Amino acid sequence: MSLSEFFSMGGYGFYVWGAYGFTAVLLTVEIVAVRARLRAAKRAAQAQEAGE
Amino acid sequence: MSTRVINWFKFASPASFFPLAGRIAWWFAVPAALLAVAGLWLGLVVAPPDAQQGNAYRIIFIHVASAWMSMFLYLVMAGWCAMSLIFNARLSAMMAQAVAPTGALFTVIALWTGSFWGRPAWGTYWAWDARMTSELILLFLYLGYLALRQAIDEPRRADRASAVLALVGAINVPIIYFSVRWWNTLHQGATVSLTKAPKMAAVMLTGMLLMALAAWFYAIAVTMIRLRAIILERERHTAWVGAFAGAVR
Repeated sequence: MSLSEFFSMGGYGFYVWGAYGFTAVLLTVEIVAVRARLRAAKRAAQAQEAGE
Repeated sequence: MSTRVINWFKFASPASFFPLAGRIAWWFAVPAALLAVAGLWLGLVVAPPDAQQGNAYRIIFIHVASAWMSMFLYLVMAGWCAMSLIFNARLSAMMAQAVAPTGALFTVIALWTGSFWGRPAWGTYWAWDARMTSELILLFLYLGYLALRQAIDEPRRADRASAVLALVGAINVPIIYFSVRWWNTLHQGATVSLTKAPKMAAVMLTGMLLMALAAWFYAIAVTMIRLRAIILERERHTAWVGAFAGAVR
């Protein structure tokens, strides 16, 4: 199987990669967002501790 | 004979679960990535094309895993909601709050991948079929739960109100699961059954189960990270968060 065959998925490339690509983007966004939320919560706790 | 007694109630407090959640996240994040790589390799490279659907069927490897997770995570969320109501426990409510966004995310993925599979397989992106409609209702239940939490300022009141909503909505999960049996609409029947021999090739089945396990581990890892953020957000006023913030600076 060549690489171009792999990406064309026998003519179904749009559907297969459309499904897999969307999933990959959403999971990446969730991981980045949830880690940013934890960092922000830690910063807020530190700011409060420093302010007291 | 020495018996080591673990006091499980100790971990029911947010302060003592906070560090444990951080470790659990890593225990599950690494296997999740390895399982996903193995599952994708089997599903996209090793498994042969389907006799009828060609390569379009390969969407099954993410569609089934995400659809299972969307229903399972709702039951997990509803279970924590029940615990939070029965025991009036803060950590249980925080668990439910941490699971909800990931459950909603898997519901969106199940709907999207189903749509992208429906077009080549059935000729349509969407139909008001029993399973598709009940899965869409599941998404609205997750969003309703999150919106209700947002609308109530006092966290403990938000816990109780959203728990009631989540528990009432749980009736939708068996409706989704049995929809393909109760109504004979577009969506096909169960792909995998515990009571019957699998209808699919072993390599496809293995790929699907690896992806389902990867999704399960991913959900645990990402939920634990979100739980840590929620604990800090909600316990900001407490002495232990102050001590933690002082220590990491």
